[in-house]
Amino acid sequence: MPRLTMIEAIRSAMDVAMGRDDDVVVFGEDVGYFGGVFRCTAGLQQKYGKSRCFDAPINESGIVGAAIGMAAYGLKPCIEIQFADYVYPGYDQIVSEAARIRYRSNGEFTCPIVVRMPTGGGIFGGQTHSQSPEALFTHVSGLKTVVCSNPYDAKGLLIAAIEDPDPVIFLEPKRLYNGPFDGHHDRPVTPWSKHELGEVPDGHYTVPLGKAVIRRPGNDMTILAYGTMVYVAQAAAEETGIDAEVIDLRTLVPLDLETITASVKKTGRCVVVHEATQTGGFAGELVTLVQEACFFHLEAPVARVTGYDTPYPHAQEWSYFPGPARLGRAMRETMEA
Amino acid sequence: MEPSRLKFHVPEPEVRPGGTPDFSNVPIPKAGIAPRPPVDTKPEDMRELAYGIIRVLDDDGNPVGPWAGSLSDEELAEGLRHMMTLRAFDARMQMAQRQGKTSFYMQHLGEEAVSTAFRKALEPGDMNFPTYRQAGLLIAGGYPMVTMMNQIYSNELDPLKGRQLPVMYASKEYGFFSISGNLATQYIQAVGWAMASAIKGDTRIAAGWIGDGSTAESDFHSAMVFASTYRAPVVLNIVNNQWAISTFQGIARGGAATFAARGLGFNIPSLRVDGNDYLAVHAVAKWAIERARKNFGPTLIEYVTYRAGAHSTSDDPSAYRPKTEAVAWPLGDPVMRLKEHLINKGLWSEERHKQAEAEVLSGVLAAQKEAESHGTLHAGGKPSVRDVFEGVYAEMPPHLRRQRQQAGV
Ligand SMILES: Cc1ncc(C[n+]2csc(CCOP(=O)(O)OP(=O)(O)O)c2C)c(N)n1
Ligand SMILES: [Mg+2]
Repeated sequence: MPRLTMIEAIRSAMDVAMGRDDDVVVFGEDVGYFGGVFRCTAGLQQKYGKSRCFDAPINESGIVGAAIGMAAYGLKPCIEIQFADYVYPGYDQIVSEAARIRYRSNGEFTCPIVVRMPTGGGIFGGQTHSQSPEALFTHVSGLKTVVCSNPYDAKGLLIAAIEDPDPVIFLEPKRLYNGPFDGHHDRPVTPWSKHELGEVPDGHYTVPLGKAVIRRPGNDMTILAYGTMVYVAQAAAEETGIDAEVIDLRTLVPLDLETITASVKKTGRCVVVHEATQTGGFAGELVTLVQEACFFHLEAPVARVTGYDTPYPHAQEWSYFPGPARLGRAMRETMEA
Repeated sequence: MEPSRLKFHVPEPEVRPGGTPDFSNVPIPKAGIAPRPPVDTKPEDMRELAYGIIRVLDDDGNPVGPWAGSLSDEELAEGLRHMMTLRAFDARMQMAQRQGKTSFYMQHLGEEAVSTAFRKALEPGDMNFPTYRQAGLLIAGGYPMVTMMNQIYSNELDPLKGRQLPVMYASKEYGFFSISGNLATQYIQAVGWAMASAIKGDTRIAAGWIGDGSTAESDFHSAMVFASTYRAPVVLNIVNNQWAISTFQGIARGGAATFAARGLGFNIPSLRVDGNDYLAVHAVAKWAIERARKNFGPTLIEYVTYRAGAHSTSDDPSAYRPKTEAVAWPLGDPVMRLKEHLINKGLWSEERHKQAEAEVLSGVLAAQKEAESHGTLHAGGKPSVRDVFEGVYAEMPPHLRRQRQQAGV
């Protein structure tokens, strides 16, 4: 099986979807001729023509709004926002429009669009190339929110998202584009070609939305993670020697509560981790759900490790990033509680 | 009969890599022919200025026409020095990024005249709302290069405490509003600042800045309608350097003939100017600034220029445009053009230029040495981790204090 980077896997997903369905169109800033600043759409314009893959004006509201109109016509747009940090001008179109069209028209109109965007830090991108805004989408009824963590999943999840009848926010942790990253920024990068999850089948397959996966089985505690934090959690488990079960949520809405509760009921302890800021973050939702579903199985308070409630700094990136040391500390405290 | 089938239209640049650069679609009017209306002229009486190009220096480097004469000999020589300084500064910082001393850099190559000449037409107290490609406002405004470098290096003397991406400067004293990474947001903010100045009966004016690509954002249009409605004392600048990363200007311009023409529907005076002609930029800036200050309202200016370098240190333009396009650009190089003019005037010579290049470089190198003695991104003096938590609010709320304590700082 070929080994691909996450960029190539995402490109392959769009290629497969466009090849199977003429209604799939791809557009965004620098997406057409150049193939995207991260090269996720490279070659698609040559292959499918300018009517299927094209450059958009720099106007995120316009990009999302046009996609909604196309979807109303019957197309299946898969659009790119250059960085998640730049989605805000398009937020009104996503929240007030895309998310509610099915409901408000009672299914007369629907909105099967995918909004792809690179998310998260770890590249010294400062406050406007590092944000993790997933909670701004999980809070909105009518949206599905996906965060991929490896090439195999990225392709399968993106195809599932494109085929989904409702709007899907598809977040791509940019620090994982070229290899898994566990927070040890001073160590050499492992490329996806050396990782089993870099193995990506050629043709069509899906990874269903709403299904989590256990990345590391364990008995002492459950760590709920997604995106880059999946690797941070695995590293923290090895480094602390705590036999943690690491769950990669993959989809935040809809959430695979079954896998989560089965694990927490088994381990009795739970730590939630994300890179996004803390207050109002998705960890708050996860902690609540675990508490509601597993209270009588818990042996310690459910802890959360997150980014600090500040904008993402440039120079102090590695102090901000919740790496394995910070997670490990919370894990030990949870074991001792 | 077959019904006629609709066709989807996507604009394309004239040439792509491998092709021969072709700017025959960019009509270049002769220098000196554009009229210079009085500053109180009604917008509807100068609409043609949105379609031509105001040029002062002719092909031989001599000033011609009604827009000539806004600068003294000393000011012209100073202008050349500012452009040369910005160019040398860029070259050194570009190299510093390559050497790993910082994470990122954005240069001005080919566009040096726009921000340096504009700055000289402003008065102390006026406020710019710039993009990342107007560092010439700081250089020509006398802001210390070493402070700029401290910011670029995120070192212990970085005035922004390591929080911001390199080149995202901020200085109230030098009339330079904090740069945002989010495109176009500053354009309407410039109008708001100008409205405030009018509300308070002040004398100061504002200048907004935006790139060709970013005029597509909704905030550009917000700025136009507010400026038009409240007749705000603001100069709205569009730097049309032909490219927005890999996207040619036609994607943002669409069916309009020029970017300047965007202003006409708002009845805002809209001028198009040779952005590589220091004299023309200064003359037009001065006209618009005077117009704003005399309470005649906003002006939209499109500077026609060319981004000769890469978008940023993360970009490689050879993937989307011919390598020789910058050389083929019909409006030439702003530094060379002003140099030629000064030589024609007998104020300058090739030897004097070489000497000035050496002087400018040694000034930049001295600043760099000093900045580096206070650290670079990965070595030496650094801002504190405490600085991550400071400055989010005027007063740190308890939850942030708790998080800072957890971080052990
Ligand atoms: C809201 C927003 N969308 C997208 C981006 C990514 N981006 C950064 S610069 C740029 C191109 C801007 O081109 P232009 O306005 O022509 O300015 P230039 O870089 O040519 O000076 C893009 C798309 C951004 N920074 N902010
Ligand atoms: Mg541009």
